[in-house]
Amino acid sequence: MAEASTDKLAFELVSPERVLASVQADMVVVPGEEGDFGVLVEHAPLLSLLRPGVISIYQGQQVDQRIFVEGGFAEVNPKGLIVLAEAAAPMTELNLDEARQQLKDAEEDLGDAKDPSEPERERLERAIVVARARIEALEFQG
Amino acid sequence: MPSLKELRGRIGSVKQTQKITSAMKLVAASKLKRAQEQAEASRPFSLKMSAMLANLAAGVRDLPGAPPLLAGSGKEETHLIVVATSDRGLCGGFNSSIVRAVRRRIAELLDAGKTVKIICIGRKGRDMLRREHGKLIIEFIDGVAGKRRMEYADAAMVAQKILDLYAAGEFDVCSIIFNRFKSAVTQIVTLQQIVPVEPPAAAEDAAATTAAASADGGAIYEFEPDEERILSELLPRNLAVQIFGALVENAASEQGARMAAMDNATRNAGEMIRKLTLSYNRQRQAQITKELIEIISGAEAAVG
Repeated sequence: MAEASTDKLAFELVSPERVLASVQADMVVVPGEEGDFGVLVEHAPLLSLLRPGVISIYQGQQVDQRIFVEGGFAEVNPKGLIVLAEAAAPMTELNLDEARQQLKDAEEDLGDAKDPSEPERERLERAIVVARARIEALEFQG
Repeated sequence: MPSLKELRGRIGSVKQTQKITSAMKLVAASKLKRAQEQAEASRPFSLKMSAMLANLAAGVRDLPGAPPLLAGSGKEETHLIVVATSDRGLCGGFNSSIVRAVRRRIAELLDAGKTVKIICIGRKGRDMLRREHGKLIIEFIDGVAGKRRMEYADAAMVAQKILDLYAAGEFDVCSIIFNRFKSAVTQIVTLQQIVPVEPPAAAEDAAATTAAASADGGAIYEFEPDEERILSELLPRNLAVQIFGALVENAASEQGARMAAMDNATRNAGEMIRKLTLSYNRQRQAQITKELIEIISGAEAAVG
């Protein structure tokens, strides 16, 4: 991990396949399961589930980067903030039409599935939740 | 003694073989590099997840309501073995060393009166185990081991299958056997227990740091929503991550083993070419000498 400077937060976003981001930021806002929360340097240690949503990385008062995650885990420890996400993409790579299509596909899949098993149904419902969150994030951004 | 023509033919064919093996060696070397990079890139995630799990698990393991993935099903009757091999051969002892370890493990478990079930990832392992333990193989997962690049989604799919089996009470203990990548020439056959979760090696360190931190004045984690919810999300994912790690290590090992095997084959072919060329030249020389003698003795007879 990079040497933590005193007034910046060391933030790492890790996916199973690679490290997606490793930056020093002034603040990072994370979509926690029970609501968004901002993490500044020297935040109290915390473990939280994430819901599908947008991670915003602040440099100064400005949002520097916005990254969409499909859920995961956030850990705040004295060294910084670590987010483990199974799937993540920068907002600039997402597109509203595609997101709408994904939602439609997911809803159709669930509609078409005859008598899905419990885990199967959960998976499909989750895909819908993720797709909705993606659309919401894109519309909010305008 | 083969004739000159035969020798020429054999030299030609060994040379062709050598070309193939050295090309395969080069291909394996470049694939190895990619696989190795992937193995390294996937390490931070699994390390951090183990650390998180260690933080959580320490407190929950002994509670009565601990999730079965962590605490076990309370029995050790049925063992599920996930055998990770490659789809292709020509990689030295890579697959056979895994299969040997699997056979030994099966024998041990059966001797102890346990039931054994097998899931095969990779065609070679299935082919080798089918004859002897065909009845034990409950599932063969195709098309994962042979990919150019391991995908996390595949590991997640395998993990889901295992979770479904576990939920249905099909097994009590699950372990995965694969080759851990040490270097291009050394792979270590590794048996890793994945269900119930073995206390991660980092657990003690983490526990120690947490203890130290709390002694420092309370760096104890807050949990949101709560420990059990997080744990119930984390455990299935951790399974997928462990499987992914094993598959990635295995892919790198496979290429490493193939590279070493092809390097050996190329060298052996070179040696063979040398020997054949020597005997070819000797024979040619002998024939020339013989012809000369015939000419000279013929000429002398005519003069005399």
